[in-house]
Amino acid sequence: MSTLSLRERIADFHAAYIRCIDQDALEQWPDFFEAKCHYTVTTAENDRAGLAAGLIWANNRNMLHDRVSALRHANIYERQSYRHILGLPFITHSAPEQVEVETPFMVVRIMHDGQTDLFVCGIYRDVFLLNNDILKLSARRVICDSSRIDTLLAVPL
Amino acid sequence: MSDYQPIHWSTEGYTRVPYAVYQHQEVLAEEQKKIYEGNAWSYLCLDSEIPEAGDYRTSHVGSAPVVVVRDDDGEIYAFENRCSHRGALICLDRAGKTRDFQCVYHAWTYDRQGNLKGVAFEAGLNGAGGMPEHFCKEDHSPRKLRVAVFCGLVFVSFSDDVDSIEEYLGPEICARIERVLHKPVEVIGRFTQVLPNNWKLYFENVKDSYHASLLHLFFTTFKLNRLSQRGAVIVSESGGHHVSYSMVDAPDQAAGTQYQEQGLRSDQDGYRLADPSLLQGFKEFEDGITLQILSVFPGFVLQQIQNCLAIRQVLPKGVASTDLHWTYLGYASDTPEQREVRLKQANLIGPAGFVSMEDGAVGGFVQRGIAAAGDLEAVIEMGGESTSSSPSRVTEASVRGFWKAYRQLMQA
Repeated sequence: MSTLSLRERIADFHAAYIRCIDQDALEQWPDFFEAKCHYTVTTAENDRAGLAAGLIWANNRNMLHDRVSALRHANIYERQSYRHILGLPFITHSAPEQVEVETPFMVVRIMHDGQTDLFVCGIYRDVFLLNNDILKLSARRVICDSSRIDTLLAVPL
Repeated sequence: MSDYQPIHWSTEGYTRVPYAVYQHQEVLAEEQKKIYEGNAWSYLCLDSEIPEAGDYRTSHVGSAPVVVVRDDDGEIYAFENRCSHRGALICLDRAGKTRDFQCVYHAWTYDRQGNLKGVAFEAGLNGAGGMPEHFCKEDHSPRKLRVAVFCGLVFVSFSDDVDSIEEYLGPEICARIERVLHKPVEVIGRFTQVLPNNWKLYFENVKDSYHASLLHLFFTTFKLNRLSQRGAVIVSESGGHHVSYSMVDAPDQAAGTQYQEQGLRSDQDGYRLADPSLLQGFKEFEDGITLQILSVFPGFVLQQIQNCLAIRQVLPKGVASTDLHWTYLGYASDTPEQREVRLKQANLIGPAGFVSMEDGAVGGFVQRGIAAAGDLEAVIEMGGESTSSSPSRVTEASVRGFWKAYRQLMQA
């Protein structure tokens, strides 16, 4: 498998992932992950300090399903949507069945009244598993550059 | 704002709050002088966050920037983060370790106790320039704050008259802090939530045991907290501090029916977690209390939600902006399994918390709702007029207590 095709497949994965969230198809969001997975949203300050807690912290895919059902059925927040813009993926480690990638992101949050602001930026630090040419995340660490979160973080990143 | 009129309180009691109190720069400026720099203690950090000589953190007391640092004598000192020369910040970093502090502007230096020790070119250069001979460095130090450490919590005060920290908190609040901070803790995460509202709206929300099971559906659905559970509200004598706690009993059928009969949104059957381990913690408090929210006037919160421990520091950033600093905690003695439970349960709290995210938004709903209602008042009458402890959590006694303490200081 060439590095080029791997990069293209990572780009395809990212495009599908952010499209899923930005189009509010959150029920499909957990499908981008392995059943055994880690998903953490944290900040650069916590990451540098080696502090383990996250804004969101999941160690299996069922917790991602729970996050979505809580957003749909339990939590109260104003209607809002995201627009993810991703930078170029940088492959930090590549092996036949596993690839590690860092990809910068920016997320604009659009509130129901139209207010549109840069909400968060940072990097995805990912571990993908390659099974029969299908990429799935076994770990995604969302590392936000800023430690300040405006109002609340409802929709996942 | 040009339309500012001094706040008018319409009743002798504490059941009405004029919305204007959330709306004006003049009020915020008065709060800085009379509350944050008045007879109150403000939380800054944990003493374990500055364990060694030279370790420091910067924070704020209201709007006043403050350095808190440990010196060689093992004591903790705090001083205003303001160079006594031109007023620039002395220390720019959030935390670090240093031998002394030097202002970047003109290199005036301060020791770890906030004493001015060095003035660059004090004697001039080649016999010219320099400070006048009568300039006395001892007379020019930034304001120093009193420091008190209770259960590892570092509190500071600008006031020389404020009671000792133990007297300020009172025995009931002290005991409830000791209950959680009875052994060494470790920081496991730090996050800041920027709230689009006046600081008092958030602090009232913390004290408001009435809203918990009504606004936060996640709590209620999973039986983490129902008003029908056994619990109580404790309000300190000053009114300014409170504890709300509950313990899970056997399911109370009658109370459960009350939620259904009133058609409250908080009660929806059929919602189950795909990973119920989120709520499967371990018993670590012998008294069976599964939830304890504790507040200390004017801006400290200590929470235990099952095994999820955190400190919240409430800091005003403007009339309608508040920084909520979360410090997530574990015990130093945690096993890896216990630590993982805390990480998992931390999904309940913080800016993305299943039970905390609404609190980040609801203050903004009030701030926007009252935009044109500065001459009208909030009604805070649930549970009557009292500001005292209550066996029922269907009360706003601790919110009224806040206003009792607030008005006490503001009228001084």
